[in-house]
Amino acid sequence: MSGPLIFEIGSPGRTAAALPENDVPAQRVEEMLPPAMLREEPAGLPEVSELDLVRHYTGLSRKNYGVDTGFYPLGSCTMKYNPKVNEDVAALAGFSGLHPYLPGELCQGALQLMYELEKYLCEIAGMDRFTLQPAAGAHGELTGMLIIRAYHMQRGDARRNKVLVPDSAHGTNPATAAMCGYKTVEIKSDSRGGVDLDDLRRLVGDDTAGLMLTNPNTLGLFDENIAQIARIVHEAGGLVYCDGANMNAIMGIARPGDMGFDVVHFNLHKTFSTPHGGGGPGSGPVGVKDILVPYLPRPLVECRDNGTGGKEYYLDYGGEQSIGRVKAFYGNFGVMVKAYAYIRMLGATGLKEASRYAVLNANYLKEKLKDTYHLPYDRTCMHEFVLSARNLKDTGVRALDIAKRLLDYGYHPPTVYFPLIVEEALMIEPTETESKETLDRFAEAMQRIAREAVENPELVTGAPRCTPVQRLDEVTAARKPVLRYRQENA
Amino acid sequence: MKVPENLNYSKEHEWAEQREGGVIRVGVTDYAQDAMGDVVFVELPETGQSFAAGESFGSLESVKAVSDCYMPVGGTVTAVNEALLDAPELVNKDPYGEGWLIEVEPSDEQELENLLSAEEYKQYLTTLKDEGGD
Repeated sequence: MSGPLIFEIGSPGRTAAALPENDVPAQRVEEMLPPAMLREEPAGLPEVSELDLVRHYTGLSRKNYGVDTGFYPLGSCTMKYNPKVNEDVAALAGFSGLHPYLPGELCQGALQLMYELEKYLCEIAGMDRFTLQPAAGAHGELTGMLIIRAYHMQRGDARRNKVLVPDSAHGTNPATAAMCGYKTVEIKSDSRGGVDLDDLRRLVGDDTAGLMLTNPNTLGLFDENIAQIARIVHEAGGLVYCDGANMNAIMGIARPGDMGFDVVHFNLHKTFSTPHGGGGPGSGPVGVKDILVPYLPRPLVECRDNGTGGKEYYLDYGGEQSIGRVKAFYGNFGVMVKAYAYIRMLGATGLKEASRYAVLNANYLKEKLKDTYHLPYDRTCMHEFVLSARNLKDTGVRALDIAKRLLDYGYHPPTVYFPLIVEEALMIEPTETESKETLDRFAEAMQRIAREAVENPELVTGAPRCTPVQRLDEVTAARKPVLRYRQENA
Repeated sequence: MKVPENLNYSKEHEWAEQREGGVIRVGVTDYAQDAMGDVVFVELPETGQSFAAGESFGSLESVKAVSDCYMPVGGTVTAVNEALLDAPELVNKDPYGEGWLIEVEPSDEQELENLLSAEEYKQYLTTLKDEGGD
């Protein structure tokens, strides 16, 4: 390991802070709290000096790996650079210091930002209205599917109890369907990696509530049959949900609304460059077509004439058929500010360019690596591509080992073992913000690892060696997890 | 890859064994446990539950993913392998023996005939290797 834990370096009474003299009468804790609320044993908090404390946190920060540290091709997660100006804007006191209960006239700027962000998202998605409330992608999915459910229920169409999901889908799709009380039906992928139309026609029916589809899909492939897919589901009376996880490939180029989708969620924390990983905060706005607007969560931000020739932005809480709030207050507002800054900074041309470079970078890397690793779907890809390490299976090296070995080369590994339909999958998403030089260096590392697998497989299967902790025993960790640190002799 | 001669197989990589009293014992194949990797959690149904052939009756969680287990034949669950709850690794160590999943009273014994023989299953495994999309 990398030195003792902070619990192990302290000494009773040592402290990093000097509190001022107590100038109020001291009172015993036993007199203030009921006995049931009192601890029976001391909490065992670390007692360290200021220097030890600083070293502790500095040490942790040096072990962290983020897109600011190095290349992070984690497929499906769109780990693009997050421009620092976004942070400056979000930190402006007029945004960061707002109380959520401020009356409208005192937060017109914030309301205007939300109003305009919604308009931008509508334009990019080809949708009529958006709710900004959902706090992440999966939360957006849940919101979107609750809207679809509300639509069917409102029409008295309660027998629709199935949601179709392709076998390449994110695991959150079937989970979302289940959370909404639906049964998931899996659709096969065809040999080109898209939805198998025959399988779709066979499974769709008057019990279909909807189809959840990611386009471009998790293989990084654009499903060219999307218009036909949407038509098949619509003709059966179902609605079509777009998991917008992969929107980074098509901003300003293709719109889910034009493809026939009725609902879409965006991941502002991916596509619109706000930081993520480590738990968020994220933001997963959901856009819908006109027919579904009544079911959107409220409030929505509206704009009216203020009576003196200007505009007034306000929160509209109306909406009898709304599914209700899905988040306290208005969503993760700080994330919205950052996404707004990004959209305004890039503009329509810049967003389109970002998508084009994301696609170019992915295709460049794919072409560099497809002779070294197996490429199951050899097509022009979108923003990401999926390789298979199955060509190295005879060496005993698997996708997981390649991922671990990449750590030794200083890279964050790609996503492994997803999508499930690709054996030994390595899902690589370089994003548009990486230079050709970075891509070349990464490709070289991947090629070296493939050579090592043949020449010296133990080097790969025993990786990583250059990290603070070496190969973790994931199996024991999952089977017999130790969920709590216990102090020895305590 | 081990494929015992005395068992029947599904394309979803479950095996079915006819036992005394007409009961069918069900598990996953050597191929399945190898593809999944180390199994860390097993979710099994309650005895008395009924499932149709092809329906999911439980799931196996490995370090890679969670995989559904499908009924090779329809029927009512008469026993589940409780040992797996504490020792999921038995699925990897002994998929055809101690790593069995459930026992089923089949609703229609004819359904067994829809399953593959050991020879046919071996043949099926070779086709999987060549599939372009896999």
